[in-house]
Amino acid sequence: MERSTLDLWVGLFVIAGIAALTILALRVGNMSGIASGKSYQLTAQFTNIGGLKPRAAVKSSGVVVGRVEAINFDNGKFMAKVTMNIDERYKFPTDTSASILTAGLLGEQYIGFEAGAEDKTLANGDNIQLTQSAVVLEKLISQFMFSKAAEGDPSKAAK
Amino acid sequence: MASDNLIEISGVGYSYDKRRTILSDIDMVIPRGKVVAIMGISGSGKTTLLRLIGGALKPTQGSVKIDGQFTHDLDREGLYRMRRRMGMLFQFGALFTDLSVFDNVAFQMREHTDLPEAMIHDLVMMKLHAVGLRGAHHLMPGELSGGMARRVALARSTALDPMLIMYDEPFTGLDPISLGVIRNLVRKLNDALGSTSIVVTHDVQEALDVVDYVYYLSEGVMVAHGTPDELRASKDPLVHQFVWGEADGPVAYQYPSKDFSEELELV
Amino acid sequence: MFNRGSIINIRGIGHHIVDGVLRFGYSARFIALTILHSGTCFRRPRLIVRELYFTGVLSLIIILVSGLFVGMVLGFQGYQTLKIYGSESALGVLVALSLVRELGPVVSALLFASRAGSAMTAEIGLMKATEQLSAMEMMAVDPIARVVAPRFWAGVISMPLLAAMFSAMGIYGGYLIGVVVIGVDQGSFWSQMQSAVDFREDIVNGVIKSVVFGIAVTWIALFEGYDAPPTAEGVSGATTRTVVTSSLAVLGLDFILTAFMFRGI
Repeated sequence: MERSTLDLWVGLFVIAGIAALTILALRVGNMSGIASGKSYQLTAQFTNIGGLKPRAAVKSSGVVVGRVEAINFDNGKFMAKVTMNIDERYKFPTDTSASILTAGLLGEQYIGFEAGAEDKTLANGDNIQLTQSAVVLEKLISQFMFSKAAEGDPSKAAK
Repeated sequence: MASDNLIEISGVGYSYDKRRTILSDIDMVIPRGKVVAIMGISGSGKTTLLRLIGGALKPTQGSVKIDGQFTHDLDREGLYRMRRRMGMLFQFGALFTDLSVFDNVAFQMREHTDLPEAMIHDLVMMKLHAVGLRGAHHLMPGELSGGMARRVALARSTALDPMLIMYDEPFTGLDPISLGVIRNLVRKLNDALGSTSIVVTHDVQEALDVVDYVYYLSEGVMVAHGTPDELRASKDPLVHQFVWGEADGPVAYQYPSKDFSEELELV
Repeated sequence: MFNRGSIINIRGIGHHIVDGVLRFGYSARFIALTILHSGTCFRRPRLIVRELYFTGVLSLIIILVSGLFVGMVLGFQGYQTLKIYGSESALGVLVALSLVRELGPVVSALLFASRAGSAMTAEIGLMKATEQLSAMEMMAVDPIARVVAPRFWAGVISMPLLAAMFSAMGIYGGYLIGVVVIGVDQGSFWSQMQSAVDFREDIVNGVIKSVVFGIAVTWIALFEGYDAPPTAEGVSGATTRTVVTSSLAVLGLDFILTAFMFRGI
């Protein structure tokens, strides 16, 4: 009888431990969203990926539809090649465009899909043609500064 | 084929390293069915000898032969097989403190046999009954007195009806009543189980009453052996001092030191 | 220039180093033997269940309470700092990531070392001092297989479970302070957490850490107990060494593991 109380406690302990792990996986982590369903792969080339990292979200209209699987450098085109896993439930037209966006001003970067109008949908292994690279803040600022400078002193700019 | 001697020890020596020799040139036979005592003062190598017989140590010289097998020939498996037929009572019982009295006695049965629990129960109760502690089967070792713990340990070491029971200082630290109980149990269990017993002790009078034969060790050497009566009558000064418990004799009262008058700077 | 004292000191240091290497080698052999002789306790899982009670269940209270408090403190402190940048909604991320990646495995391993590790050392040391291990050996029962191996596996199993409970409890503590007391928006607390905490990178790595810590702490605890001089001072010294050595080992291993797991530079 003493044995069974011991067994009971150990049983409870193990169940509680596994429950804690499950809570961490489902409630805290992002296991719930994507890892459960099947997915298909798409690729896209970008001239600049900025700070995009593997496992970053792929969103369409703000909804997470997939994750970045891998980022490589395509030595033929001299562009970054991003491989994404997209949830099988979501289908996109072949003329969908992919752009690298930033959540907030300094937030994490993710890929945004803008659906096109074609009837055919992208299948496993397809490549997205229309892409827009990450906005690099330094470039943006320097462009802004140069244009301001050019505006401010046209005579010097003409020189 | 089986000789009359359960244990034959010939020319055994043991040393930890070159300088510290614990035992040298021990010859000893222990006949089947007898209770034999190994006596000697503390530090004379008695316990080492017991460990050699149990196979916990291997002799650096000579050989220990138990029931026709040399211990130094045995591998780990063989040694364990031999030990299943041995019981050992440790100085303070060495009961498993996390197990109850019942589980302590049942320990070896559960580890080494596939007996059903009902049968283990009966066997354990028989063993505990033999030492008079059937009623204490549910107690934990911490709840036992020293004498009771020793008796439980005795029941545990005889659990598998061993051919050889070894006692390491079984009388130490017991009150006179418990001591008498243990002393009688040593004899009774030996005869009832038809096994052979080795008692390592320095409690001379208690031991001399129950054993059949005595080996007397001093500083790692076997200096005398004989029946209890022979030892009592021995003229050997070493044996005489030990048996009659005299303070001074061949074993000096004083730890080796410089001359006393020199110490006090009287010279 | 060199007096005798300093020479002796250098010899002392050398002696310590050699001694340490020897002990490490001996302990490696000890753990190898333990794993090799685990057959008995896998055939008789009851032995492990018993030890799970002592290492796991009895550590539960301290783990849960500490987890809750660590989480609540993180809730307060995190809020204070995040408020400066106006990103209080990231409180969930901060609490969850610090617990799952670092504090959960590390703090629960430290608590485990002082709660269960020291108890293991003391128990085995006392079993040795009272000749229980020799008695077992004389009964033809291998103490490594019967006493050490079940404790080892119980430690390895219970450590990740305890760490997970610590983290879960801590996140709940952070939620209590952040959302219930301070009033951070509940939705953003959870959703930001979920989008930032990655299953493989964060949770699985945290579990890997706690398994490694579990192995290290039980290994040290069992070895110190088994190797303790069979006296009262010997056992108490070994118990202290278990807590000190395993705490240092946990922190050192945490650094090494984190360096390996570090992503994105």
